[in-house]
Amino acid sequence: MPVAALELRDGAVAIGGRPVLRHVDLTVPEGQFVALMGANGSGKSTLVRAALGLWPLAQGSVHIYGTPLRRFDDWSRIGFVPQRGAATSGVPSSVHEVVASGRLSRRRLLRPLSREDRRAIAEALEVVGMTDRAKDRSGQLSGGQQQRVLIARALAGGADLLLLDEPTAGVDLANQRALAESLGRVKAAGATVLLVAHELGPLAPLVDRAVVMRHGRIAYDGEPLGDHAGHDTTYGDTHSHHHPPEDIDDRADAVAPLSFPSPEDPR
Amino acid sequence: MTNVFDLLSLDFMQRALMAAVFTGLAAPVVGTYLVQRRLALLGDGIGHVAVTGVAIGLWTGASPTWTAVALATVGAVVIEMIRQRGQTGGDVLLAIMLYGGLAGGVLISGLAGQSTAVLGRYLFGSITTISEADVIATIVLAAVVLLVGVGLAPQLFAVAQDPEFARVSGLDIRVYNIVVAVMAAVSVTVAMRTVGLLLVSALMVVPVAATTQLTRSFRSTLAASMVVGLLAAVGGLLLAAQLSFTADVAPGPTIVLVALACFVATWPVGAWMRRRDRLTEPFEDEVEDHLTTGTHPHRHGEDCGHPAVQHGDHVDYLHDGHRHAPHDRHYDEH
Repeated sequence: MPVAALELRDGAVAIGGRPVLRHVDLTVPEGQFVALMGANGSGKSTLVRAALGLWPLAQGSVHIYGTPLRRFDDWSRIGFVPQRGAATSGVPSSVHEVVASGRLSRRRLLRPLSREDRRAIAEALEVVGMTDRAKDRSGQLSGGQQQRVLIARALAGGADLLLLDEPTAGVDLANQRALAESLGRVKAAGATVLLVAHELGPLAPLVDRAVVMRHGRIAYDGEPLGDHAGHDTTYGDTHSHHHPPEDIDDRADAVAPLSFPSPEDPR
Repeated sequence: MTNVFDLLSLDFMQRALMAAVFTGLAAPVVGTYLVQRRLALLGDGIGHVAVTGVAIGLWTGASPTWTAVALATVGAVVIEMIRQRGQTGGDVLLAIMLYGGLAGGVLISGLAGQSTAVLGRYLFGSITTISEADVIATIVLAAVVLLVGVGLAPQLFAVAQDPEFARVSGLDIRVYNIVVAVMAAVSVTVAMRTVGLLLVSALMVVPVAATTQLTRSFRSTLAASMVVGLLAAVGGLLLAAQLSFTADVAPGPTIVLVALACFVATWPVGAWMRRRDRLTEPFEDEVEDHLTTGTHPHRHGEDCGHPAVQHGDHVDYLHDGHRHAPHDRHYDEH
């Protein structure tokens, strides 16, 4: 039996003594595209951060490619796309430099960028369609473009397991489409993807499996859902926000041919 | 008539020049990392702790340079550890260091029976009284800071830019943060004899502030800051030497003022560039419906003076809060 890319067994996380994740079992086989969904505060981001060792587990275990997290050191296999923070740097950095830090897991100390490094950076920029912005200040890009740069950074290291924390949050539709196209190419190349998202929008056709979190536990794990199903009261969130009309059109296209449970009639 | 170049044949002036070159190159390297982390004033806090270190050296008869390095390093590492725990606000910590360091220094140098004039040499710099041993110490310490600061630039950049991503790349971010703290402490003591402990932070931060007005990348900021630091340190020293024929001019403050002059020169250019970039940033929204303008006596064109901004497949001209796109024989409101 092949080893799973990521395996979380009976995971629990407490922040400041309060349990945030409880009894979480999640196995992501190689090559699968998993969407981790749920309301704000349901523990999606915490799960990803715990899986990477950024939050300590109060209980349970994480294995990455069969190795316990504590002993795992093959970091170039992991591509992490954190949530875009509000923190700003006091010194400018170019798009190329941000993407170049994706090569750090492979670079030795005190060595300049090798030809191989440069090739990987150029390719990652090409995948997200930001080649012509390589010399621009990264801080000047729009939110969606910055998100694409962060994805390029994760790809530059040649990762085959990609974890993305809310890459679509606050990103306009045109950039969401560009993002979906980039991730489509990543998926076609055989990468494993764990994507945290509040709603999928143009990313929906890529998803092989949906996991829905609710109050720190996994409430649903199975066939992909339409966006609205994730909002059903079963999963702890009322549908309180606004979708632009074109957003709904996209979803209808994506959902109908695959005969997922209809949004009005979740399982 | 005597001029500054005759002075250069004197031993003390040559020592001063060596110290200025190395300090001017090393201080902005650390300053770049501090500014990136938004810790521009950290150098000041460490400088004040080093005042106590100097006083301990004067009291015990040990070399004030090395006692200052030791105490500044301890101070910097403690701050970094408290900062990592994230319990105390950075500004409160800084205040405690500033007042504790200065009060301790003045008190202990009094106990040592030293006049404030001796301490003053360290507070405001006295590059022309620097001894040969001090020059060698300055060169060695500055060379270490340069080697680490430039050599580990990719790692140090990534750790400050996005600590979580750096951790998932397998970097031990605590180690790199301590490296930056120790580098800051060392360069504070390196710059102590050049510009003085109270102005140390200026030589670290002002060159960076000047260059970030114009640069677009971290690498160019780092390199240009070193150039500005070098020009300010050497230029300030020579300027002070030239002026000292007619008046009592201290090199330390002159160096800092030359660096500030660089900032004053680049800031308007930077402000203009930022405004231009913001104005011409392409619009990303989609054109919704066809809204034409009323009568429009002005004809937009390449040289009409209104900013032309890319918007999808065409150009919008900006004026008086409108976005006008040419269409057939009229303008559309976009």
